Formats: sequence, C-alpha cells, structure tokens
Amino acid sequence: MTEQVNPAPRLDNQDPGLFGQTPSQTVGPFFHYSLPWKGGADLVGQSDMGARPELFPEDHDVLNLSPPRGAIRGETIILEGVVCDADGKPVPDAMIEIWQANAAGRYASPDDDRTDIPLDEGFIGFGRAATSEEGFYRFRTVLPGAVPGPGDSLQAPHIAVGVFARGVLKRLATRVYFAGQDANATDPILALVPAERRHTLIAREAPDKDGGVWRFDIVLQGEGETVFFDI
Amino acid sequence: MTLILPYAREDAGQPPSLHPPYVSTVPRSPRQPLVRIPQTLTELTGPAGCWDNLMGESLFDLTDQHLARPLGQRIVVAGRVLDEQGRPVRGTVMEIWQANAAGRYIHKKDQWDAPHDPNFTGAGRVITDDEGRYRFVTVRPGAYPWGNHHNAWRPSHIHLSLLGPAFATRLVTQMYFPDDPLIEIDPIANAVPSPYRQRLVSRFDIETTQPDWALGYLFDVVLRGRGATPLDPEYGEDDHHD
Ligand SMILES: [Fe+2]
Repeated sequence: MTEQVNPAPRLDNQDPGLFGQTPSQTVGPFFHYSLPWKGGADLVGQSDMGARPELFPEDHDVLNLSPPRGAIRGETIILEGVVCDADGKPVPDAMIEIWQANAAGRYASPDDDRTDIPLDEGFIGFGRAATSEEGFYRFRTVLPGAVPGPGDSLQAPHIAVGVFARGVLKRLATRVYFAGQDANATDPILALVPAERRHTLIAREAPDKDGGVWRFDIVLQGEGETVFFDI
Repeated sequence: MTLILPYAREDAGQPPSLHPPYVSTVPRSPRQPLVRIPQTLTELTGPAGCWDNLMGESLFDLTDQHLARPLGQRIVVAGRVLDEQGRPVRGTVMEIWQANAAGRYIHKKDQWDAPHDPNFTGAGRVITDDEGRYRFVTVRPGAYPWGNHHNAWRPSHIHLSLLGPAFATRLVTQMYFPDDPLIEIDPIANAVPSPYRQRLVSRFDIETTQPDWALGYLFDVVLRGRGATPLDPEYGEDDHHD
C-alpha cells in the first residue's frame, strides 16, 4: 500500500516565509445574501433595516433577524446618505458598516474596561447596511457620547465608518461627526484633517425633517471627496 | 483605564485602492491621500463576542441547508485565525459566501447562464475556537466570467469576512485554490503585489481530507496584530496640514 503524503508544496497560504497580514480583496457585487442581515442597520430597535432580501430567493435566506433590545438611553437618530463615485453616480452595491459608543460614551467591547460608565442592554454599537439601487443607506442609532482621545484629550461624538463595494479593494475608513457640537473644534482627529476638507466628515441635520435625521454623503472620489483614514 | 497597544499598520501585502486592470477601482478609489490618524479607543475596540446577536448562529455546513446535497466536489476548508504574532484570535466570526459548483451565485444580479442549484445557497458563518481554529464544509465553487475585459474569468474563490477584535482589524478577502491557472491572470488577485498574492492561495491537505467523503484545504487568516509601542510616534506631528 502506498503511503499517503502531501504533494510537494508550492508557495501558498501555509508557507512560513510568507506569514503576514492576509491581503484584503473586494467584497464584490454579490454579498447581499450573506452579509447585511435584517436589522443590521437598526441599532436601537427591531426592524429589517439594512438588508436587501429582494436580491435573492426567499428559500435561500440564511440571514439573521436582530433580537429584541432593552431600553436604550440617549437621543435616537437617523444617519443616512448616498454613496457616489467619481462621476457622481450612486453606488448601488456598497455596504456601510458603523461602530460607535453608546450615549454615555462607552464602547460595548471587552477592550473598553471603563466600568464606571454604564452600557445599555442590547446596544452593541455595530451596524451594517447595504446601499439601495439609488446608492442610499440609512441607520437608526443613538447619538454617541464623547470618548477619550490620545493623552488627556477628549474626542467629539463620532461614529467610525467602513465602506465596502465592488471596485473597492480594501475597506475605506472614515468618521461621521455632528454639526453644531462644540467639541468638534477641539477634536484631536479632526485637527489632523486639512481644514478645507473637514466638512466632508460632518453630518448635517436635515432641515426639512422633524429632527434627528442626519445626512452624511460619502464621495469615493472627485469633488468633495470624503476624507478617508489610514488607521 | 488600561492602555491598549495599537494594532500594526498595513503591511506590504495589502493591495492599493487603485489598480487600473480591475476597471471598477478607477472611479471608486480615492485620489486624495489617506489621512493618517493615531488609533484611539474607537479603532481599538470592536463588537467582540456578540456575533450571535448580530449575524446569527453558526452555519458551518453549506451542504446541509436544503432537502438534498448540492452538486459539485465536496470540500472541507479549515485553518486558524491568527494575529501577526501568531497568536490565535479566539471567538471571532468569519462569514463566508460563494458561487455554486457551476460558478453561479443565487444573487438576482448574477445573470450568467450557468445553472442554479436548488440545494445550494452558498452562505455560512463560523466562529473560531480557543486555538483560533475554524472549519466549514462546502462544495468547490466554479469559475465564472465577468465583464472587466474581454474573456475575463474569475478564478474559483470563496469570499471571507472577518471582524477580529477591533475596528482596526476588520478584513474582507477571498480565498483561492492551489491548482487554478486563472489566478495568474485575475486582476483582483493580482492587485495584491507579488509574492503576497500567494497568501490568498489555500493548500490542499491530505490530513484535512476526509476518507471517502471530502477533499480538504487549509487556509489561515492573519489579522493585524498589536504592535510593540503604546504610543503612535506620528501623533501630534501636524504633517497633514497645509
Ligand atoms: Fe465572487
């Protein structure tokens, strides 16, 4: 009987000489039946925000429905906008992710061990939304509190954002700040952004709505290009 | 509060955002330089340990989601999720999706004329154990044509999405197969500079192969690891101002 042995290896994932960060690849156009779950864009309630179930057959739906949540403190807000490309065309196959602190400024993460600041039962602070055919995304969440920055600094209320799409080879990281917050003027991260580009990171409250609706468009390239970060 | 070491920055194996042979990157990649920022509590934290409240329960067997087994070559894909120091990343979620054995996605916008398989969805998720190990069962996806250029074909691949412990460790990638000549001519795989592209190529493994049942492939995922210095030396230098 022949002994079973592995074929001679070629340079591949298992080669110790190649060990290092796994390279990023695009999310492609066909992620909707796998990634954006129902309620992924609703961080405070139980709805199907964020998913696009019309893009795949119902009997192939393996996506989660977010569980019910407890009472979540703070001001509930809508964060919405359009993702567009260099030609100003909306991007219908992008996915937006957000990560934020709760209203008290605490992250629901084991690496935020400031136990004197309360967490909210059911508020995780992570969300995911697929854009619509019009390139539109919408989250429901709470206005985050201020969080510590480097040294003794304090960061203004903000939400970390990741952008994925066909044609985007690696996640584009940006941040949403909120117009009218005094702390924006002293935020240590905004201070690193050229003054003339800071406005691309600041959401504006929609004047024609009842309040609490914040507009944040994401421009991948060209005029008004959103500031993206190397983190 | 506890001082958290920052995560390493991108290494040389990461692709650029703009790679013109992959045509869609041309209008969708930023032209302004990225603004380098220190990692703050925002980037150093993440939704660890609550994946079942987010994505849902583990679905590790993609061949067991319907009435019958899907067509195609049954395979096991297994490996570890590690950081750059080789330490296991425990309890982290890996979401996976792929085409069926004929190269067709169930997605309505996939209009290629290859057959659907009613017994195959192609989506699952797994959680790493205490040693960072994961394992899923699926069928080998087929290659498929795409509109990037004349006679363009994507090599067989499985899409992977990992959160890791922090906003800074987020990764979406694709896993390829070792015996696939299409990798050499694929603009997406080749956006990764040589030789790092080969990090994305899984290895056939006879130990992972299960007798009379499924071929086995090994694929480890390496997420950004925590660096050695607690302070970013670049912070405070106002070098991005004009
Ligand atoms: Fe694909």
